[in-house]
Amino acid sequence: MEILTRVHAKNLVAWARTRPEVVVLSADLTSSTEVDLFRDTYPDRFFSMGMTEQNMLSMAGGLAREGFYPFVHTFAVFIYRRALDQLAMSVAYPNLPVRLFGFLPGILTPGGATHQAIEDVAVVRALPNMTVLETGDATDVESVLDVAQAVPGPVYVRTLRGEIPRLFPQTEPMQLGQARVLSEGDDMLLVTSGICTEEALRLVPLLRRRGLSVGHLHVTTLKPMRDPTVVEAAARARLGVITMENHTVVGGLGSAVAELLTEQGVAKRIVRLGLRDTFAHGASPRHLMREYGIDAMALAAAVERLTGERFGIREEELAAVRIEVASPESKAEAL
Amino acid sequence: MMSTATAADWVAHAYRVAHGVRRRVLEHTIANNGGYLSQACSSAEILATLYTRVMRLGPSVAPMVPLAFPGVPGPDNPRAFTGSGYNGPHRPDLDRFYLSPAHYALVLYATLIEVGRMAPEGLAQFNRDGSTVEMIGAEHSPGMEVTTGSLAQGLSQALGVALARHLKGERGRTWVFMSDGEFQEGQTWEAFEVLAHHRIPGVGVYVDVNRQQCDGRMADVLDIGDLRAKLRAFGADVHEVDGHDVERLARTAEGWDGHRPLVVLAMTNPCQGIDRLREREPKYHYVRFRDDAERQAYRALLDAMQEEG
Repeated sequence: MEILTRVHAKNLVAWARTRPEVVVLSADLTSSTEVDLFRDTYPDRFFSMGMTEQNMLSMAGGLAREGFYPFVHTFAVFIYRRALDQLAMSVAYPNLPVRLFGFLPGILTPGGATHQAIEDVAVVRALPNMTVLETGDATDVESVLDVAQAVPGPVYVRTLRGEIPRLFPQTEPMQLGQARVLSEGDDMLLVTSGICTEEALRLVPLLRRRGLSVGHLHVTTLKPMRDPTVVEAAARARLGVITMENHTVVGGLGSAVAELLTEQGVAKRIVRLGLRDTFAHGASPRHLMREYGIDAMALAAAVERLTGERFGIREEELAAVRIEVASPESKAEAL
Repeated sequence: MMSTATAADWVAHAYRVAHGVRRRVLEHTIANNGGYLSQACSSAEILATLYTRVMRLGPSVAPMVPLAFPGVPGPDNPRAFTGSGYNGPHRPDLDRFYLSPAHYALVLYATLIEVGRMAPEGLAQFNRDGSTVEMIGAEHSPGMEVTTGSLAQGLSQALGVALARHLKGERGRTWVFMSDGEFQEGQTWEAFEVLAHHRIPGVGVYVDVNRQQCDGRMADVLDIGDLRAKLRAFGADVHEVDGHDVERLARTAEGWDGHRPLVVLAMTNPCQGIDRLREREPKYHYVRFRDDAERQAYRALLDAMQEEG
C-alpha cells in the first residue's frame, strides 16, 4: 500500500490552474488545511480570513452569488459548530456553490472534544440543499474536487490530510452517489466510510479465508443517500449489515443507510459502529479508534455478534494483512 | 454640485418620501393590528436619502406588483428569484443595496412604493400566505438580494459580493443598511476586521442608531458604549449625523472616496413623526395595539398625516 503526503495541497494547485473562478478562504489554519501551496502559487485568489469563521461563511455566500467558487478551508468543527447559522442562511438556503473542506473529521485529531468533528455529518446532512462527501484515501482526496465542482449547490467534504494511503486505483475516481464495491458476498455486508474503510479492508480477507461471504462497500456520498448499489448489496446480505464510521452513530453513515434500506423495504438487521453518542477526548487516532470501537478488532467483534459465529481474529493477523490497491483484477478475484 | 433650486427640489422630495413611508407603515400597522412601526419612524429619512440621493441605481427591472413566492432555492427549483430587481439591474457601474435587519422590510417596501419602484397594491400582499412581501423579508422579497433575517449576516454577505465585484473590476458601490443592535453581534466586528484588512473598496454602511432593541433600550439590555470610537478603532471612516436630516445624511456620502469603509451613524428618534409612540417607552420593537381605543387614536393620527399629504 502506497502512502502519500500532502495530497490535497498539491492536487488543489494543479486542479485550480485552469479555474480562475476558484478562490480559497482560510481561517488561520492555512498550513493545517494544506492550502499553503495554493496561497503561495495563487496569492491573488487566496484570502486570509483570520479567525472570523462566521463572517467567512457569509462572505463565501456573497462571493458565490457573483460567480466565484469559494473553497472554504478550516477544521471541520469550525464550519458547522462555530458558524452553523451562517452556513444555513448565507450558503445552504440560497443553494450557492460553496465548497467547504472540513479537516480532521471525527477522532483524527488529538485536539480533544473542541477539535473533533464527531457529529458534523448529522448536522450538515440535516441542512437542506447540502451535499455531504467523505474521503477515505488519496484517490478520493484527489478526485473529490471534480465531484464537488459538478454539484450546483453547496458541498461539505470531510477531507484527509497529511499521510494518506492510496487504497483505490488513481484511474478510478470517486463518483457522486456511487459506493465503491470492494468485495461482494451473500452472508453479510459491510458499509464503511472515511478512515474506517482501511480498517475493514484489513479484516475482510481474514473473514473470507474463514468461509464468510462478505460484501464490502466504501461510501463517499453521505448525502444524498440513494445509491442502488447499497440497497442491492444489503438485500443480498443474508445475516444483515454492519456500518462503521468515524462519527457518532446518530445521524451519520449508519443512520443514512438505515433510512435508505427502510424506505426501500429491505428488512435487514443493521449494526452501526461509531462513537456511541459520546464526545471523545484528546489522544492519538489509533488509541481513540480502539477506545470508541471503530477499528478492525471492533468490527471483527461486531461480525461475530451479527453472525453468531466465532472467527477468532487476532490482532497480529490484522496487522499482517497487506492491503493492495483495489484494482479491477483484485476485485474480480474477490468475486 | 447641483443648482440651489434643484437641490431644494431633491430635499423636498426626500422628505415627502420619508413622510409617505411613515404614513404607509402606520396604515399597515393599523390594518394588521401590529407592525414594526417604530423602525419606520427612525429610518424613514435614511432609506429616503439612500434611494433618492446616495445610491446609483438603475430603474427597477422587477414587476411593479411583486410575484408570488416561487419556492425556496434548491436543486429542483429553477424558478427561485431574488428581489434585487427592484433596486435596478446588476451592472458593473451601478450600486447594490443590502438591508441587514430584515424586520425593517415593511419600511423598505414602503420606500420602494414612494420612489416608484413598486406599486402601492404590492403592499396589499404584505404578510399574506404565499406572498413574497413577507413580514421579515428574505432574498425573494422586494428590494432584497440576500437572506438577512438572522441579524448581522447582511454585512458579511455584502462584503463577499463587494470583494467579488472588486476582483471583477466593477466600480459600483455596496450600501448596507444596519441597525445599531447588530453591533452587539460578534459577526459584525469580524466583518469590520476583514473589511479593513483586505481594503475592500466602496462599502458604505448606514446605521439606524435608534438605541432600541426587542427587550427595550439598548442601554438597559446591553450597552454597546461608544460606537463611533469602536468603529474608528476598527478602521472605518465614521460620521455621526442627525438621522432625520436628509441633507446631512446625503452630504456624508458625497465626500467619500470609497477607499475606507464609510459608516454613517444616523442618530435617530424611535418616535420621529409619531410622538404618540413615546408612551410605549421602553418597548418599541413591535407595536401591537392594546385595545380599540388605542387603535382609533392611531387612526386619527393617520388621517391627519394623510391630510398633510
